[in-house]
Amino acid sequence: MIKRIKQMLIKEFLQMLRDRRMRAVIFGMPVIQLVIMSFALTTDVMNIRTAVLDMDKTPSSRELIDEFTGGGYFKIIKTLQSEADIKDLLDRAGVRAVIHIPQGFESDLKSGSTAPVQVLTDGTDSNSTAIAQGYAAGIIQGYSNEKLMDQLQKSGMPKMKPPVETVERAFFNENQESRFYFVPSLIAVMLFIFSLILTSISIVKEKEIGTIEQVMVTPIRKFEFILGKTIPFMLTSYISMTIMLIVAFFVFDIVIKGNIFLFYLLSGLYLFGNMGVALIISASASTQQQAMLTSFLILMPCVMLSGFMFPIKNMPDIVQYATWLNPMRWYLEILRGIVMKDVGLAVLWPAVAAQATLAVTFISIAWVKFSKTLS
Amino acid sequence: MKIQRLLAVVKKEFLHVFRDWRSLYLSLCIPVILIMLFGYALTLDLRKVPTVVFDQSRSALSRELINLFSGSPYFSMVGYAESYPDLQLALDRGRAMIAIVVPSDFAEKLSGGKNTQIQILADGSDANTSRLAMGYASTIGMIYSSQVTVKRMQALGKKPPDPPAEMISRSWYNPDLRSQNVIIPGIIAIVMVVIAAMLTSVTIAREWETGTMEQLISTPLKGPELIFGKVIPYFVIGMTDVAIAVTLGKWLFRVPIVGNAGLLFATAAIFLSGALFWGMTLSIVLKSQVLANQIAIVSGYLPTLILSGFVFAIENMPLPIQAITYIVPARYFIAILRGIYLKGIGLEILFIDALLLTLYAAVMIVIANKKLKFKLE
Repeated sequence: MIKRIKQMLIKEFLQMLRDRRMRAVIFGMPVIQLVIMSFALTTDVMNIRTAVLDMDKTPSSRELIDEFTGGGYFKIIKTLQSEADIKDLLDRAGVRAVIHIPQGFESDLKSGSTAPVQVLTDGTDSNSTAIAQGYAAGIIQGYSNEKLMDQLQKSGMPKMKPPVETVERAFFNENQESRFYFVPSLIAVMLFIFSLILTSISIVKEKEIGTIEQVMVTPIRKFEFILGKTIPFMLTSYISMTIMLIVAFFVFDIVIKGNIFLFYLLSGLYLFGNMGVALIISASASTQQQAMLTSFLILMPCVMLSGFMFPIKNMPDIVQYATWLNPMRWYLEILRGIVMKDVGLAVLWPAVAAQATLAVTFISIAWVKFSKTLS
Repeated sequence: MKIQRLLAVVKKEFLHVFRDWRSLYLSLCIPVILIMLFGYALTLDLRKVPTVVFDQSRSALSRELINLFSGSPYFSMVGYAESYPDLQLALDRGRAMIAIVVPSDFAEKLSGGKNTQIQILADGSDANTSRLAMGYASTIGMIYSSQVTVKRMQALGKKPPDPPAEMISRSWYNPDLRSQNVIIPGIIAIVMVVIAAMLTSVTIAREWETGTMEQLISTPLKGPELIFGKVIPYFVIGMTDVAIAVTLGKWLFRVPIVGNAGLLFATAAIFLSGALFWGMTLSIVLKSQVLANQIAIVSGYLPTLILSGFVFAIENMPLPIQAITYIVPARYFIAILRGIYLKGIGLEILFIDALLLTLYAAVMIVIANKKLKFKLE
């Protein structure tokens, strides 16, 4: 049996890697993609392009504008003269935010009534805009508190600080840089794409061009055939994962904080489950085009509903339950747990259990489906 | 190019498509499923961040502060921690993303007229959410702080002053910052790239792989006739997908189209042609279904998802990556879609994007025709 599997493995590796272009696709593409995408995947909103319409033109209004530029979040690239300019500027996407300080700002401050400051934003990118609005609200609230303290001091009270101060700290990722979140997740996405599509296609290809019948007349058994088809892709996925981790370390400073052995072990579980899905697809598709479309139909929701770009906790309840069936969701939990939080099985066991259940289920379904196809 | 021969190829391809009902079904179903799923499920709006409280003060004052948090739509209390390890575990397990720590002398200090601190701890592993949540948390802290000041003033018998400055914020084009209004137009672009590149990337390669290419070569058929004949059926499918997507977006998700719908479909047709001929080129050059398809995915799906400005704002990216986004056609298409959908602007502003999109489609058509060596080797 070992001998037959070995023969099959040799054939598969030859088939997969003899084409130079295929080698590039398997080992080179993921790395290039990882590097480019990781740089692009940033939600760190800095230097928001901002225009100022200062109708007050007083020391107070300039002080407020300095508060905006001081933190590095807002970058004033344009000074407007009239309200009429705002529409055109936002239409052309010249800026994301416009700070509009109406006339009478300083006199309102001095007389003790509330001075309004208008912040107009371009809502066509709702996420960046929400972040920008949050920053603006913080800056104006801070400015307002400062002025309040000044007023109190003038009315004869001793100099004081705001009574309650918030001290913030982010765990696991002190500077809240998004690459620590996205780069490992991107590795999971790449692994999913490659293991799912390549495996399913390689089997369907034999069906489409008829060579599967030749394999069937050899003494090879079903079990050996499945192993022979999946092991090469498991191995290449591992190699490709290792390459990506090395690149992530050198380019992005991503270090696996937890147990690296556990990480590789649990990644195997993930790949194993993906093989199951790929086998199910290949058992039901008869052409490569069908296999690709089906893989993609599975792949897209899995990527989108994994918590990779869109937080699962924001999704409607029904969809949150649906994500339990998504192997990538559990793998991302495991990945982030080990890579960023340095936690072990004591914390990750629910995700590992779910992952294992899914993998075993997929493989079992594949086994049953395959029995029908091959007979 | 002869119309008669072109039509013959179109007919043959249509037969292929309809015969393989499963592929046809998938290519019409994928957009529906994606739009439904993503329109319904995907949101970047921050709501109900799971929060734990470690209230060491257990006083009326600390409860007042905590009520401010639980009353806000952004935070949802998932539990109370009894100790720091407890709190650490909640963050480790991912049960909570934010922890609020109120010190034990919180009430004493405040009632004694002294200043105090509260601590906000966040799980920074999802940097985006934690940054948004921290921003909201610190604003709530400031609001509480000014409430305390007002109370102190009242205690001294003075009239509390109005807050000196306040922000009036207005978001144009999308006043409620509904992320559906942003996501649905983006999904249209993604669906088109996926369907177009996936479907055409295999067509010519399949003829080579199954050997039928040689039969085609022996007929009077010319290269361009084959290419255009093969693209037309997929163009019809692609435009049907666009129509389905736009209809679903409008009726199911109530994403308004402020601008000109005709312009929307015209630019979609240009974008679609570009994507179809790109898939075609891959198929012609690589002559292998697997390779062509893999490259179509990694060069089509991922860049459209990540480098087009769909979710990740291009202006936040490092400059070299910003430069790369200029060669991602979806970038222009998404700018156009958002312009038409949300801003209601037309070609007077969007002409550069439209022009570059047309250029891209034209280049793809030329390359596909140049690369096809329609003879036996």
